Amino acid sequence: MTKDECKQVVLDIIAEIAPDEDLSDVKGEVALREQLDLDSMDFLDIVMELRKQHSIEVPEADYVQLASLDSCAEYLTPKFNALV
Amino acid sequence: MALSRVVITGVGLTSPNGNTLEEFRRSLLKGKGGISRIDMRYMGQVLAGVCDFEATKYQKRKELRVGTRAGSISIYCAREALADAGLAVDQLDSKRTGIYVGTTEHGNVETENEVYNISQFDYDTKFWSHHHNPRTVSNNPAGEVSLNLKVHGPAYTIGAACAAGNLGLIQGMQMLQLGEVDFAIAGGVSESIRSFGIFAGFKSQGALAEHEDPNKASRPFDVDRNGIVVSEGGALYTLERLEDAQARGAKIYGEIVGYKINSDATDYVLPNPERQAECMRGALEKAGIQPSDIHIVSTHATATPLGDIQECEAVREVFANCPDTHINNTKGYIGHAMGAAGSLELAGNLPSFEDGLVHPTINVDNLDPKCDLPGLVINEPKQAKRVDAILNNSFGMLGINSALIIKRFSN
Repeated sequence: MTKDECKQVVLDIIAEIAPDEDLSDVKGEVALREQLDLDSMDFLDIVMELRKQHSIEVPEADYVQLASLDSCAEYLTPKFNALV
Repeated sequence: MALSRVVITGVGLTSPNGNTLEEFRRSLLKGKGGISRIDMRYMGQVLAGVCDFEATKYQKRKELRVGTRAGSISIYCAREALADAGLAVDQLDSKRTGIYVGTTEHGNVETENEVYNISQFDYDTKFWSHHHNPRTVSNNPAGEVSLNLKVHGPAYTIGAACAAGNLGLIQGMQMLQLGEVDFAIAGGVSESIRSFGIFAGFKSQGALAEHEDPNKASRPFDVDRNGIVVSEGGALYTLERLEDAQARGAKIYGEIVGYKINSDATDYVLPNPERQAECMRGALEKAGIQPSDIHIVSTHATATPLGDIQECEAVREVFANCPDTHINNTKGYIGHAMGAAGSLELAGNLPSFEDGLVHPTINVDNLDPKCDLPGLVINEPKQAKRVDAILNNSFGMLGINSALIIKRFSN
């Protein structure tokens, strides 16, 4: 999985949990919470969907890694590739 | 101490056969039901009353995903009631507005969903949703309204089995009279059709209705009735002290003049006609009126073989020799809306103050002689000589009884 593919996986999850949001121009380097109406429960939803849909575990100490699309890709891509 | 008079100034509702009071009333006068077959987890198809209100009218899709159906029904009804009362949310005194929502139960739906969810993951509880607790706390439906309206007064539910719709209204009235709030949004809601446990419980009890025609299944007072059709729905009202309502020139649907809540203390599920009669008499006493002053008795009868007979016994005793008292029932159209039943059934009768029409109990092909009450209106609407007062019965499991009396408003 490439980092761009990983970003798309995260965007697909956000589309499910925040269906009112326009995700057409989410900037990779900007914190997701600064661009989208997401709260702490939504981030828990992202963690849960990564677990359910992709068997990816994100320990609580690493939640900060999900702050932006870029940091998500940086953190999650190796985890996805380790699954294969 | 003279208590303030409390009046109804707005109605918001969703029922299986209407999403506004006007639409609901039209359906009742036309004999139009709202029962269909739905797929129920583990059970296959069951009969249910399903509402089709536009949930996104007042909620974002994310709020619908995170919240509960009971919350969504409550929000829709609260917003519709406010609009009907001619009030925008920003006109409310936020800290002086109370929200009182009656519920039969809450949390079954959400808990069943989560158990099913983790069953897909070998019952590993790490897949249990973090939304579970805010969804299942008892105050959820009222709390979701406070979040949606951004009001800061008391917002809580009143758990009272299937008497809850009346109890929500009674609570709202009392809080206005105590001066705890200046404006109340009150009534009852139900999301129970999303819980297989509710259906399975009634089925095990031998109290779940079945009929090849869904809209013939709920048939109170008919000799062939065979149980309850479970429904969802809600009816919330805006309540104000009379002086406040008059000061702003509000439309007044009616005045709550009497109520009574009591308990059978005899059985978990079986009703007690003696206590039901006592409850109706208590409401009449509080209202300071006689049985003959009531022109419509809206019965609770759920179409169970024994329950209908027992309520009829109670009504027959209290309303003996009342030739101008009409008796009806609304569950033949919409099934049993559980926590919403009392408030929805009252709403269906409120327009009678204007048009004098009494909507009938439908699906009575063969009236059970034991339910043959004088004044029972069956199958066709009846034009009453006058309708000045309605007594609304609503009873529930564990022997909770409620009776609420609304009078045509008069200075």
